[in-house]
Amino acid sequence: MPGQEQQRPQRRSDAPEETDDVAVPATTTETPATSEVDSLLDEIDDVLETNSEEFVRGFVQKGGQ
Amino acid sequence: MGIETEYGITAPGRPDTNPMLLSSQVVNAFANRPGSRVGRARWDYEDEAPLRDARGGEQSRGSAHRSQLTDVEAADGGAMPDLEDPATANVVLTNGARLYVDHAHPEYSSPEVTGPRAAVVWDKAGELVMREAAELVAATPGLGEVRLYKNNTDSKGASYGTHENYLLSRATPFSDVVAGLIPFFVTRQVFTGAGRVSIGPDGSRPGFQLSQRADFIEVEVGLETTLKRPIVNTRDEPHASADRYRRLHVILGDANLLETATYLKVGTTAIVLDMIEARTLPDGLAMADPVRALHAISHDPTLTTLVRTTDGRQVTAIDVQRAYLAAAEKHVKARRDDTDVVTATETRDVLDRWGEVLDRLQADPTGTHRDVEWAAKLRLLQSYRDRDGLAWDSPRLAAIDVQWSDVRPDRGLYHRLVARGEVERLVTDEEVRAAVEQPPEDTRAWFRGQCLSRYGAAVAAASWDSVIFDVPGRGALQRVPTPEPLRGTREHVGALLDANPTATALVEALTRPGS
Repeated sequence: MPGQEQQRPQRRSDAPEETDDVAVPATTTETPATSEVDSLLDEIDDVLETNSEEFVRGFVQKGGQ
Repeated sequence: MGIETEYGITAPGRPDTNPMLLSSQVVNAFANRPGSRVGRARWDYEDEAPLRDARGGEQSRGSAHRSQLTDVEAADGGAMPDLEDPATANVVLTNGARLYVDHAHPEYSSPEVTGPRAAVVWDKAGELVMREAAELVAATPGLGEVRLYKNNTDSKGASYGTHENYLLSRATPFSDVVAGLIPFFVTRQVFTGAGRVSIGPDGSRPGFQLSQRADFIEVEVGLETTLKRPIVNTRDEPHASADRYRRLHVILGDANLLETATYLKVGTTAIVLDMIEARTLPDGLAMADPVRALHAISHDPTLTTLVRTTDGRQVTAIDVQRAYLAAAEKHVKARRDDTDVVTATETRDVLDRWGEVLDRLQADPTGTHRDVEWAAKLRLLQSYRDRDGLAWDSPRLAAIDVQWSDVRPDRGLYHRLVARGEVERLVTDEEVRAAVEQPPEDTRAWFRGQCLSRYGAAVAAASWDSVIFDVPGRGALQRVPTPEPLRGTREHVGALLDANPTATALVEALTRPGS
C-alpha cells in the first residue's frame, strides 16, 4: 500500500520451538478499505450458522487416514 | 500424480447417525444417479498391499491396526442399490476417479494426471461430485440432509486425510526420498496450509495456525496413516509395475479450497521429487527436530519462527523454501532440453509463482490473502475479531473455520469469497464441470474412464491398474491390466476404442494373439 509503512515483526530467535503461546499475527500491516470489509462481513453474517456454539459442538468426526 | 480427499460429514439434527452409513449414502447416491454410467463397476482389490513398507518388508496383518486394512470391504456386497450398504459404496467414475467410503468418510480419489494444473481441475471436480452427491441424498425419500466439508479435522481430536500421490522410479533409494523431503514438507505449509482455528490435536489451546494437519503428525517416517502419523509415509503400494515404480503417498498435506494452494503444493513437490531422483538437492537442509519444527512453524502466522538445522544453523521456513527454490532453478535450467513444451511451460510457471509467493510472504504474510489459503482464512477471522472483539476461543471463529470448507456454494465461506472475486482462480468452472465426467487424456485414467462411459454395463470392476470385463461368450471375467500409468492414453488407445464399439469386440481385439 503506497505511503503506508510496512512493519516487520521481530524475529523470535531463542528456541521458539518450545513456545506454546499463541502467535497473534501482525495486523498492523494491511487494513483493507473499511467499507470493503464491512460489505464482506455483512455477507458472511447472512450465511454463517446462527448458533455458532451448537454448530461447532455438533461438528464431530471420526478419525480417518 | 493424484489427490485423495476424505471429506468431513455431518447429519444436521441427527448427531447419532452412523457416519459410515451416511458416507455410503453419499457414494451410492452419486453412483446411482439418473444417467449414471457407473453401473455395477466395483473396485478391484487384487493389487492392493497397504502393509508393504517402502523401507523393505511387510507388516503382518495380525499386528496391524484394523484401520490399516484398507484392502478389505466392510461386508459382502449385495447386488443392487441399497443406499446404506457400505459394501457397494466403492465405485469407479467415468472421469477415472474412485469414489468410496474410507473409514467413516466419503473419499474422492482423483484420476492420475501429469501436472499441477490438471491436478487442480480433477481435485475441484471432486468437490462438485461431493456437492451433487449431498444434493441427491437430500432429495431421496427417507434420507435426511447430509453436509460435507473439505477439511481435515474437527479440532476435537479427530483428523482425516488429504493424500497426494506421486509416481517415482523404483531405482531411487527410499532413504534419499526421506532425507530430501523432510525439510521441504516441514516448511511448505507457509504456502500450502489451509489455516486452522485452535492449537493441538484436540483444539484445547486457543489460537490460529497455518495447517489443518500439522498437529496430527507425530513421527518423521512410518507406515501408519491413522495413528502415529509420519511426515513421510512409507506405504509401498505402487498401483503400477512394482519393479519399475514406487508411489509416494504423502499424508501430511491439508485439504485446499484455493486453487493456487493445490497448484503450488503439487507443483513444487513434483519438482523437489525430480531433484531427489536427479540427485541435485543441496546438503545442509536437514533439521534437528523436524516434527517439532513442523508444529512450531504451523503455530506462527508471522513466519518468523526459527528452527535448527542439524549443522547448528537457525533458519526460518522461508529460508528453507528459498534454498529449495534456488536448487530447483538450477536443476530446471540444466535439464530444460529433455522435457516437452507443455511440461516446461508449467514448470516455469510453478517456479515463478513459488519465488513470488515467498517474496510476498516475507514482506507481509497478511498481504497474500488472494492466493495463500491460511492468509485468506485469517483475513476473514481477523476482520471478525476486529469488528466484534472476539477472542480466539470464540465459537464464532471456530464456526467460520469449519464453514470455510462447506462444499455448498451458498454456504461455504470459501465459495462466498470466490463469488466476490476475493481469491485468485486458475481454472474455469466449465473445465471443472467437464472433469466430473471426462478423464484426463494423457494417463491410463483415460482408458479406465472411457471403458466405463463406453462399455459400462460390461465392466465388472476396475482399479488403478486394471479394468475387468464380463462379456457374453466368455466364462471367466477378462482382466485387462494397466500397470503403466502413461499408457492407456487417448493417443495410445483412442483408435482402438473407436474401432470396437462393444465390450465383446474390445476384449476380442485385446486377447487376439499378437495384439
